[in-house]
Amino acid sequence: MALVLNEEQRLLQDTARDFLTSNAPVEALRMLRDNNDAVGYSGQLWQQMADMGWASIILPEAYGGLDFGFVGLGVILEESGRTLTASPLFASAVVGASALLLGGSEAHKQTLLPAIASGKLTLALALEESHHHRPTHIATTAEKQGDSFLLNGRKRFVLDGHSADKLIVVARSSGAESDNQGLSLFLVDRTTSGVTCQRTVLMDSRNASNIQFENVVVPATDLLGDADEGWKILEPLLDRGRVAIAAEMMGYSLEAFDRTVAYLKEREQFGALIGSFQALQHRKAHMQSELELCRSVLLQALSAVDDSPEDLPMLASLAKTKLNELVKLVTNEAVQMHGGIGVTDELEIGFFLKRARVAIQIFGDTGYHKDRYATLCGY
Amino acid sequence: MEDLEQFRLDVREWLEANCPESQRQPMTPEEQYWGGRRGEFPSEDARRWFERMRDKGWTAPEWPTEYGGGGLTALEGRVLKEEMKRIHARTPLYGIGIWMLGPAVLEYGNKEQKEQHIRAIVNGETRWAQGYSEPGAGSDLASLQCKAEDKGDHFLVNGSKIWTTAADRCDWIFCLVRTNPNVKKQEGISFLLIDMDDPGVSTTPIALISGESEFCQTFFDDVKVPKENLVAELNKGWSVAKALLVHERKLMAEMGSDSPRHILVPNMAAHEYLEFENGKIVDARLRSDLVDYDMQMQAVALTHFRTFEEKSAGIRSAAPMVMKYVGTEAEKTKSELLLAIMGSRGLGWEGDEFNAQEIDTVRLWAMSKAMTIAGGSSEIQLNLIAKNVLELPQS
Ligand SMILES: Cc1cc2nc3c(=O)[nH]c(=O)nc-3n(C[C@H](O)[C@H](O)[C@H](O)COP(=O)(O)OP(=O)(O)OC[C@H]3O[C@@H](n4cnc5c(N)ncnc54)[C@H](O)[C@@H]3O)c2cc1C
Ligand SMILES: Cc1cc2nc3c(=O)[nH]c(=O)nc-3n(C[C@H](O)[C@H](O)[C@H](O)COP(=O)(O)OP(=O)(O)OC[C@H]3O[C@@H](n4cnc5c(N)ncnc54)[C@H](O)[C@@H]3O)c2cc1C
Repeated sequence: MALVLNEEQRLLQDTARDFLTSNAPVEALRMLRDNNDAVGYSGQLWQQMADMGWASIILPEAYGGLDFGFVGLGVILEESGRTLTASPLFASAVVGASALLLGGSEAHKQTLLPAIASGKLTLALALEESHHHRPTHIATTAEKQGDSFLLNGRKRFVLDGHSADKLIVVARSSGAESDNQGLSLFLVDRTTSGVTCQRTVLMDSRNASNIQFENVVVPATDLLGDADEGWKILEPLLDRGRVAIAAEMMGYSLEAFDRTVAYLKEREQFGALIGSFQALQHRKAHMQSELELCRSVLLQALSAVDDSPEDLPMLASLAKTKLNELVKLVTNEAVQMHGGIGVTDELEIGFFLKRARVAIQIFGDTGYHKDRYATLCGY
Repeated sequence: MEDLEQFRLDVREWLEANCPESQRQPMTPEEQYWGGRRGEFPSEDARRWFERMRDKGWTAPEWPTEYGGGGLTALEGRVLKEEMKRIHARTPLYGIGIWMLGPAVLEYGNKEQKEQHIRAIVNGETRWAQGYSEPGAGSDLASLQCKAEDKGDHFLVNGSKIWTTAADRCDWIFCLVRTNPNVKKQEGISFLLIDMDDPGVSTTPIALISGESEFCQTFFDDVKVPKENLVAELNKGWSVAKALLVHERKLMAEMGSDSPRHILVPNMAAHEYLEFENGKIVDARLRSDLVDYDMQMQAVALTHFRTFEEKSAGIRSAAPMVMKYVGTEAEKTKSELLLAIMGSRGLGWEGDEFNAQEIDTVRLWAMSKAMTIAGGSSEIQLNLIAKNVLELPQS
């Protein structure tokens, strides 16, 4: 376990920061929003990111990857969080690629991973069915029919669902509605007949969809892992996703925090810089303390993915909870401390505020993860 | 790294052979050994354990061997700590000498001062008190008034210190004294070592809400202090004081995660005092508070590790600056949580109706209130973070 970045990771961080601040600043997200962009991210930018190896950062070299591990990935995600860069990095290069790594057949890996690495193929995870994260409550059915499965059901909050080439669909092949036994994961082309996708407009100006599956036929070869045993893939997959989104949330928090500190040093009221008022100083200092704790938690969780998967469930829930709480506090305070201008669309702080709320819901809100952590602690 | 692993094995073997069984048990506050002229061993085993550790220099493992320390590197020191923790070996010697004064004298003292004081601390011969706060100078420490006048071959000290922990049981006291009243307040302070047996030094105990009289007011009435007891240059005491405070805050920050006492932890207490249904605590509020606490403590522990790793790697970060605040606030939260979990069993003060652990928990709850005040209060820590980390404008 390493709680400090190594030389290589620090270099990666510098490169990522330079690239993102000049090629994908918050202003780029504003333009995607204002232009009602059909895809929701810039394909050209994603190609550039892939060319730098970011789409393959966690992939083994055998599949065309950089094999930098999750700590390396965390660095990129954090920087892309600072700029609120819209891209398939999370949904496809982290969640999609991890699903294949954890559950894909060798044939899947050989054909699909290099395509993800090159930026040519994107994936999305179709999991949620209600308005809360309940990964075992799956009503979407998968009925075995000869050499294929028939999928029926409806998914929500599918991140990048409308733009992904392939969906990873979590369906129930047996068992009762909330069992973790009896789940199966399938790879499905988004254009398969019977799949209808409806993009939703969320506050963060990013992309999530509702997707309907009506008698969708999936060949058994596109099953990820074993039938009924999907939870064995899904749980570690979600934990990787949780840690990854936590890294991105660290980026939102840091950026909103830093911008506010800068504002406190330039805005004058009552004949003084407002940063000299202790009422604001103490709140900022408290947030700095929480940032420090979150930094340690995040690094430990990221390195657990690579080094000690047995610790991951607890660390993932810890990281998601701490970052949920941090980003909520920091974005709220960022708005408040900017005064009237903080609630304007012109100031970019609002983009952080809104993206944070979406991220908080991804793969489990605070209540979900506290409950899980408590259960893991034995109470 | 291989050497470190070998070191670990050697330490393990040595501890196995030398730490008496009775010294691997949880300890009550009365069983801590603080050394000094008035120090008493709670048992023969405690004496034997102390002497063996002392002879290895492991009462102060990382201090130089030439003054009796163990001469270990930081990494070796951590290994020793971990191995002691593994078998629940008791800390053989406690004290402000080990925690604070020793490191400051090693950094700022001259050769003679090191000869005289460091070995005596390692050997548990002297117990030290900290003479910083005064009735009129608490958070604003630099406004202190206790004065030392230059009388040629000695200083003449007059004034008083307050909140001096265990002053009535200490042999020596290190004091911040005013040696120049006519300059910026930080620039007229000196750092003096005073023998508490000297004529004119007296102490009055002060009773606390925890029921203990942990600290005293200490009076100095025409006390003659030899010139050689000045640490660092005249009027340069503030630098020593600040360096020492860094050690104090680090210590306080780690107190929770590194507690010497066998105390109830909230998770265990929950199993003992709360109702469970299907493996879950029934009271949802308490369950939620308990998760908050456990998560915070895990985050704090990881941050201690991180600061250690950063230090080893020569990387600077803001983490050490926040730990006193975070650590002591977490201790307070923990104590409140324990009381809530114990309900009316968490109210006992004395007598047979309550077991020793319950009473200890209540007393510690009262003590926990002091931790966010002593060593620079939480508000002062936040001020320091705002100023030194965030570099916010000062009014
Ligand atoms: C939705 C909305 C509607 C409004 N409508 C009107 C209107 O109709 N007419 C009108 O005249 N105005 C209106 N206002 C303006 C409003 O009154 C100001 O925004 C408000 O007074 C704060 O001033 P400011 O925005 O300049 O923030 P600032 O004064 O710059 O404050 C920035 C931050 O510093 C803090 N701060 C400032 N001084 C201190 C201090 N001494 N101690 C501690 N903290 C301090 C503030 O609390 C805030 O968090 C409106 C504002 C909003 C958001
Ligand atoms: C258990 C314990 C052991 C101690 N042991 C020792 C010892 O051995 N030797 C020794 O010298 N001292 C010791 N102290 C004293 C300790 O260092 C002081 O209590 C501490 O520095 C606070 O000073 P004060 O008590 O005068 O409080 P004050 O400074 O009067 O503070 C009162 C309140 O005002 C707040 N405050 C003060 N200034 C500011 C500011 N600028 N901004 C915002 N809020 C502010 C404080 O945070 C506090 O809440 C001990 C204290 C305790 C509780």
